[in-house]
Amino acid sequence: MEKLINEFSVGLFFWQAVVFILLLFLLRKFAWTPILNAVNEREQGIKDALDAAQKAKLEMANLQADNEKLLQEARAERETMLKEARQIKASMIAGAKEEAQAEASKAIAGAQATIEAEKKSAVAELKQTVASLSLDIAEKIVKSELSNKDKQLELVETMLKDANVN
Amino acid sequence: MSAKGPSKDAASSGDSRAERKQQVKDYIAHHLLDSHDFGLFSYTDDATQQKHHVGFPLPIILWDNGLKVFSSSKFHHGETVAQVDGNYYKIEHAKIYKTDAAGTITYDTANHPTNPQPLDFSITKGVFMILITAFLMFFLFKSLAKSYGNNGGIASGAGRFFEPIITYIRDDIAIANIGEGKYKKYMPFLLTVFFFIWFLNMFGLTPLGVNVTGNIAVTTALALIVFIITTFTGTKDYWKHIFDPLGDGMPWAGKIFIYIILVPIEILGLFIKPFALLIRLYANMTAGHVVLGSLLGLIYIFQNWIGGTLSFGLAFAISLIEILVALLQAYIFTMLAALYFGFASETHEHAEEHDGEIAHL
Repeated sequence: MEKLINEFSVGLFFWQAVVFILLLFLLRKFAWTPILNAVNEREQGIKDALDAAQKAKLEMANLQADNEKLLQEARAERETMLKEARQIKASMIAGAKEEAQAEASKAIAGAQATIEAEKKSAVAELKQTVASLSLDIAEKIVKSELSNKDKQLELVETMLKDANVN
Repeated sequence: MSAKGPSKDAASSGDSRAERKQQVKDYIAHHLLDSHDFGLFSYTDDATQQKHHVGFPLPIILWDNGLKVFSSSKFHHGETVAQVDGNYYKIEHAKIYKTDAAGTITYDTANHPTNPQPLDFSITKGVFMILITAFLMFFLFKSLAKSYGNNGGIASGAGRFFEPIITYIRDDIAIANIGEGKYKKYMPFLLTVFFFIWFLNMFGLTPLGVNVTGNIAVTTALALIVFIITTFTGTKDYWKHIFDPLGDGMPWAGKIFIYIILVPIEILGLFIKPFALLIRLYANMTAGHVVLGSLLGLIYIFQNWIGGTLSFGLAFAISLIEILVALLQAYIFTMLAALYFGFASETHEHAEEHDGEIAHL
């Protein structure tokens, strides 16, 4: 200890203290403050950038989810639209068929009625023709039959006979 | 390595081994002291038996009834008396004494010179190295600070090496010990002291043969600054810890008996902490220089191939360790300074995190 005290040099102590304190203030002003500020600033910048990247990533994920959702919705919509279209198609076909059926049956019914009427008129015409033919024939027969007196009498007699029966 | 060949002057004189041991011992003791001229090495001319010193003189600044400034070359490396303005001065063991014209130095019983000592503010070898280191640090870190501006916030050149160290000191020394909120005002001191000690330690390992951080005056100055900063930035809670360490947890009557012992210990602790700092740095650096000097001195003592090679190998290994120690001691000094600042600046919320007061001792 005594050796230490003996070794102690006031001059060296003085210079050390003065130089060190001076250096401390000079470095604080010209070196440490700007260095630490720059380092802090850079670290803050890195931190901010990382935060921003994280945020962007999150946003991207959100966006992707949104896209997915939109896609799904679109798909569902397409599905329903297709389904509707199919239904419309089916009902249209069914309707057309029904209408055609009805139209056809109507046409057939019309035809049948026409045929029936034609038939009737034809039958009536035929009847008329037959009647007139029969009359002609009968006239001719009667004319020929009644050309003599005997025959006329005979007829009257037969007729009377038939009338008696009645 | 810091030993500056005493081998040459003794090799020629062919002393006995015991004498050589004494010479090595004296040489190491001389090396550990500060010096008034910047000597790199000395040798004795075989032909003329004259001792030559290689180096350069430094200015001597004395206060002895007025300022006296002269070159240390007047002392001729301590061999002659310097005459300045009618006063005579002589260097004895790196100290300047006032003597008569013949340079007589009287000794007391403890073998200490009794001559009056003028106040010595000389630019000694140590002061010279302190100035060199200060300039080096100033320009190095100023250019680093500038490189941030020129390079878009990224360090360039040597700054790439020093920037991680600066951020390490900030994150693992300052923030870890002082806390996020208060570390900023201590940062300039911590950074300055770390690089100052480290650079001077490293200079001590160069062949310049300086031993600045192994000088008690230098470490005292550094520790004193730590003490002053700690004392003046101490919060109310810091002083409460010292004078009322148990707080309100105990009745007044019970505390008084404990405090008779505890408070003096706490007060002593205020001074012991920086004192330990100054002794630790001084002792570690001095020990390193002594070990290295002794190992190199062995070459001179053995004076044969085997001993010389072995000593050189050992000295080489030790100097590698010394490079580590140079960094380690700077780190420890900074770390402990930060720890003391942490105690001084802590407020009560922070203090509650500790389990007990033992953590403060």
